[in-house]
Amino acid sequence: MGFDRFGTVSFANKSKVDHFVDLLDEGMVAGTRCGKCGESFFPPRADCCKCLSDEMEWFEVAGPGKLISYSTLIYAPTGFEEDLPYTIALVQFGEDIKVFGRLSKEIKAEEVRADMKLEVAPVELPNGRITYEFRKA
Amino acid sequence: MRKAVAIIGVGQSAFVRGYEGSIRELAFEGYREGVEDANLTAEEIDASIICSAPEYDKQRSPAGLLAEYLGLNPKPTFYIESVCSSSSMGLRVAYSLIKSGLHDVVLVLGFQKMSEISSADSQERMGRGADIMWESPFGTMMPGYYAMHARAHFEKYGTGEEDLALIRVKAATYGSMNEKAVYQKEVTLEQVMGSDVVSSPLKRFDCCANADGSSCIILAKGEKAVRMTDKPIWILGLGAASAPLNMAGRDSLTGLSVAKEAARQAYGMAGISPNDIDVAEVHDCFTIAELMAYEDLGFAKPGDGSKLIRERQTYIGGKIPTNVDGGLLSKGHPIGATGGSQIRTIVLQLRGEAGPMQVENAKLGLVHNIGGVGIYGNVTILGRG
Repeated sequence: MGFDRFGTVSFANKSKVDHFVDLLDEGMVAGTRCGKCGESFFPPRADCCKCLSDEMEWFEVAGPGKLISYSTLIYAPTGFEEDLPYTIALVQFGEDIKVFGRLSKEIKAEEVRADMKLEVAPVELPNGRITYEFRKA
Repeated sequence: MRKAVAIIGVGQSAFVRGYEGSIRELAFEGYREGVEDANLTAEEIDASIICSAPEYDKQRSPAGLLAEYLGLNPKPTFYIESVCSSSSMGLRVAYSLIKSGLHDVVLVLGFQKMSEISSADSQERMGRGADIMWESPFGTMMPGYYAMHARAHFEKYGTGEEDLALIRVKAATYGSMNEKAVYQKEVTLEQVMGSDVVSSPLKRFDCCANADGSSCIILAKGEKAVRMTDKPIWILGLGAASAPLNMAGRDSLTGLSVAKEAARQAYGMAGISPNDIDVAEVHDCFTIAELMAYEDLGFAKPGDGSKLIRERQTYIGGKIPTNVDGGLLSKGHPIGATGGSQIRTIVLQLRGEAGPMQVENAKLGLVHNIGGVGIYGNVTILGRG
């Protein structure tokens, strides 16, 4: 099993950064950094578009990050109905890294506000699937 | 230079829910009107560009089918896709084919029959217009992305849900005058504010309607255009840009960088500024998208978009009448047909043929057409002779 284990429903089955899912299993949300020019990427990628190198190293996305924006979905696309309602969010970590994902359901709606401090952590889903979510830092 | 390529014919089908026919018949409706408007025959068309978003089509490679059904064989035909901005991108390619000297007359046919699939499947496919590896597994949909832009705009500038609702009320005001709109009813501020939340803070009335429809734009080389019609509408400015598909790659969620960049190019090519525009069509797939367009196109300063709609400056009679055909919100949004429909509206405005929606003495018009959540952006500036 590779990338097809990622998220509630995955639309890709194989990539050169499948190791991302293994790292989630190990408790780490990781991006890649170019071993040649040092450029950091999230989502992780296998190829550096700055210097064309494919020598990538994994690094942990370290918190706390800052909530940029969010929205709570009341309707879901096919395959996600049972998760409703859920809140998608964009969170900034440090200067260069932004991560797209969902807020933990443990964060109450009235607590959510832009700029709140969040960290990112893996979450196991049913049927051997895995994802990550944002939690209060 | 300024009179290199003109639009000599425009057409559009009615935009409807659940078209009673196949894609070939739907495409023919826009085509028939465009060809009759240009007063030419199929033999005079040198090439056709077919535009749609292919994930809705059961037919593989629709260009081949449609060129046959429209009677355009053996002339070259091909397909252009940039999701919701496909037919504006088609116009850009048609312009370049003519400007290069390869062809004299080119047809751009946009269509979409969204009702081929269920609404949930349609949302899922639209969600896959985002990053399928890194965003779609979280259960994303178009309203969610634009809702995040709305929330970011609210936080930074103090814009509110009522500002967005006023944009929907305006759209419905003009949609009620447009016999080709899918939604021809007026709506009140209370109705918009009271509608169900889809993806907070966006509600049902903040979202455009899916629709089936087709649009047709016929372009010709300048020297030929003036012989073929006495009302050519000139392509004065073209801009196009791209931005990261994944929200994680965006610098800001309070506007769309593709719109700003495409606008900069188009204003530069036309040698005009935002204040010169008499009438605009902007990509209001959601109310927040129109508000951001006001600012991205320079009709308002960043953060002042809400002021523009509150002062009714985007109504007919205001500083910059915008989407006075009902916009995507009321007219409907058959993805591949949308850009062509926006262009048609501006062409009719510049010819003085827009009926009850006419902006008096409109000389310069602008079309802002966005693909995906600001992945692709096209801005086109048109002018009369």
